[in-house]
Amino acid sequence: MGGARPLHPGLWLGVPALLCVLATVVFAAPIRVWGLQLPEPVFAMVPAFAWALIRPSILAPFALLALGLFLDMFWGGPTGLWGLSLLVAYATALAGRSMVTGQSQPVMWAWFAGVTAIAMAGGFLFSMLDSLAMPSLLAVFWQFLVTTLLFPFAHRLIDRFEDADVRFR
Amino acid sequence: MPFREGPLGDLKVPLTWTAAVALIVAVVIAVAFLLADRRETLQQQAYGVTRQTVDTVSKPVSGVIAAPGRWTGLGVDFVSSYFFTASENRKLKAELREMRGYRDMYLAEVDKNQSYRSLLGLRTDPPIPMVAARVVADTRGPFANTRLADSGSEKGVMIGNPVMNERGLVGRVVGVARGASRVLLLTDIASRTPVMVDRTNARAILTGDGGPNPKLEYLRGVDPIKEGDRVVTSGDGGVVPRGLPVGAAVKGLDGRWRVVLFADDAAIDYVRILLFKDFAQLADQKALLTRSLPPVTTEDPDVSILGPVATTPKPPAQAGAAPTAAGATPAAQATTTPATAQTTAKPPATTPPAAKPPAAATSPSAAPKPAGSKPATTRPAAARPATAAPNGQPAGGEI
Repeated sequence: MGGARPLHPGLWLGVPALLCVLATVVFAAPIRVWGLQLPEPVFAMVPAFAWALIRPSILAPFALLALGLFLDMFWGGPTGLWGLSLLVAYATALAGRSMVTGQSQPVMWAWFAGVTAIAMAGGFLFSMLDSLAMPSLLAVFWQFLVTTLLFPFAHRLIDRFEDADVRFR
Repeated sequence: MPFREGPLGDLKVPLTWTAAVALIVAVVIAVAFLLADRRETLQQQAYGVTRQTVDTVSKPVSGVIAAPGRWTGLGVDFVSSYFFTASENRKLKAELREMRGYRDMYLAEVDKNQSYRSLLGLRTDPPIPMVAARVVADTRGPFANTRLADSGSEKGVMIGNPVMNERGLVGRVVGVARGASRVLLLTDIASRTPVMVDRTNARAILTGDGGPNPKLEYLRGVDPIKEGDRVVTSGDGGVVPRGLPVGAAVKGLDGRWRVVLFADDAAIDYVRILLFKDFAQLADQKALLTRSLPPVTTEDPDVSILGPVATTPKPPAQAGAAPTAAGATPAAQATTTPATAQTTAKPPATTPPAAKPPAAATSPSAAPKPAGSKPATTRPAAARPATAAPNGQPAGGEI
């Protein structure tokens, strides 16, 4: 009977969001090994991509907005910057949902990289408008690169919940 | 009654459309947040209660998460120092020999410096109090470069305080909560710091861009900088004290002058917050409130526009006779305005008697007028004889 119940939003929205918050806090630890610091990937890109592919939802955009606001507060950036960037990524993934669903893993990885690039470009633009200065393209590229490496987590999330709700089979 | 059994139970709303509407609403909210953000003003009001709360909550959480990393680093240091004691000892002995030479030079320079200071009457700034803090979180993305330190308002930390480590300037405080303070790094895109090149005193604005090496913008002067020049804070604008080490100048790949920060050479887990608000705190407030102003002299050392020395101008006859003194005449006349008439109450001992012959003797036109022709307070100071009354009162005071 367990499979017949509708999927609780806490499972596919709440838990991944909490894991993103935890990972972000862990990776903000002031650790430097041989002069190198930890990378700073945008973990929230994983749900932004996966939630759009799992299924359209009313709650997901607001969950992403909350995640983005947390990132802005915790990282000390302009309020709304990451909220808006993540929503742009979510909108892109939602618009291309029919093309992405069912594709092989490398193709989906390419899509994830593309969506991440759009989110970073949005962040670059919004940051430029907000601070009236141009962020370093190299720094943006490094963050894009380490964020793209998170695709296996997005793939796992999609695999786990894409067919989990009996109402959407 | 369950919703599905109600009159709207059969209503089917396309899920994609409702998701799109939710998305648009969320985007509007995010845009509103972004437009309302005043982070770039770096003011207390802009920081807000929400950010303070997040910092207060983040401090213990991040502190716990950062602790294993810190302990691991300390353990690695301990083990490596145990295994490399002999080689480190040899290196330290060599450094000690070199440093002894520097110490002798330092003592000689200190002696010379003190002599110059006493000769020039140079007043140096007093030391600035500081607070040590441990960094518990470090963000280093392209759009935000900040650190969370575990000292806050309870230790007197205020917004605007500069933050250093043992090598150089790190940034400045942009948010303060109880027990935590947010430090905006020099590399942040919102960071602007007035600096100067130590060798040429050329001024520039150190501008962060999210990368590791901030840019030097608005660099002024002819050939003001070269590779390896030391960059320090200029103190312009009163944001940070003058002379704090910042970094070394390098030419970036984009052709711009950038700075390799000294602070990057040190560990990132401890910082010092300088309790510096503005230059007013460096001055002696009692001295600033004193009412006796020093005399301001003009080209003629006998003429002052403020002090009692200025109350007696040159005789007009001399001014008319000598062209070189003509320029001093307006200034001398300026001292005879009613505003300075109160200086006539000063004791005449402060005025050099030899330089001030009685004006009445040299120019009849400047002789004292009858009491009824003009009020005593508006009488020019030059109208009274420089030879004062024996009781110290001005001779013209009774007119």
